Amino acid sequence: MDKNPILRIATKILFAPIILFGLYVQFHGDFGPGGGFQAGVIVASAFILYAIVFGLEKGKELFPLNINLFLLALGGILYGGVGIVSMLLGDEFLSYNVLGSSKQAGQHIGILLVEFGVGLTVSNVMIALFYAFVDFKSSNGETK
Amino acid sequence: MISELMINAFLVSIMLAIGIALLKSRSVIYTVLLTSAYSLVAALMFITLDAVDVAFTEASVGAGISTVLFLAAIAFLPKKEEETITNQAFPAVICLVLGSILIWCSYDLPEIGLATSPIHQHIVPEYIIGSRDDIGIPNIVTSVLASYRGYDTFGETIVVFTAGIAVLAILKNNNKSLKKIKSQKKVVKNG
Repeated sequence: MDKNPILRIATKILFAPIILFGLYVQFHGDFGPGGGFQAGVIVASAFILYAIVFGLEKGKELFPLNINLFLLALGGILYGGVGIVSMLLGDEFLSYNVLGSSKQAGQHIGILLVEFGVGLTVSNVMIALFYAFVDFKSSNGETK
Repeated sequence: MISELMINAFLVSIMLAIGIALLKSRSVIYTVLLTSAYSLVAALMFITLDAVDVAFTEASVGAGISTVLFLAAIAFLPKKEEETITNQAFPAVICLVLGSILIWCSYDLPEIGLATSPIHQHIVPEYIIGSRDDIGIPNIVTSVLASYRGYDTFGETIVVFTAGIAVLAILKNNNKSLKKIKSQKKVVKNG
């Protein structure tokens, strides 16, 4: 598909705005519609679009599989870590009040980190699934 | 009020049309694309219900990423669905009865957005006031999702993580076992 100039150039133009929009949805979730799940999917769609247009090899060069799997696990660890830190600071698991100087500041920090953890896990699961499906096809095709 | 009715009627008739087209379609790729279109219309439906967060999720997950993943997965499926002509009278009767029961029950539902309906009386006022005073976030959905129901969202994240890992494990193992079978066959042929 990398022979088609319209697809190639449109992908190059759209790639950064899609990720920017994903980050906006991620960090603006406190004030408007959005949050980790939606943002994760939007960011993943940028990488998947790149991999569809330029091929899986180029996609894996842009976003290597080992980083992908590392970030996939890091999202869950970040979420759980916030809970454990709030426990170490003397409150209950996942109660963010103690994380900041005031109650509201603590809640803001906690929600931001937790949503970022959700976004990391969701986006990387989607990218990993796409890589796995496409990879499976090519290795399956060899055996036929 | 009447404009809302017209919008809802428009969206429901599109959904119905997509549903009938889905029943008729025997090509897998059309089925996937129609499901995606259905999700998009469902997202519009959620917007008319003022559930923007749900609409956003439906549009990005239902219409966006799941379509891409389905399209990546249908490479392993046959292109056409097999025609299975069986007696469909019994399922049709069940659907009609169940549908009419649901429509009959829907007359007992409180009006959408009515402040005095039971679901808005129990714990919701606490969330609305707490989101302003204790958490300080304008989007109540986010404060419920990430703070009041933080455990549930943690569980959801872990479910997404586990599901992803499980699919990866299955596909990776399958690749390896395919190679193993291939090498075994070679051994058999050479031997």
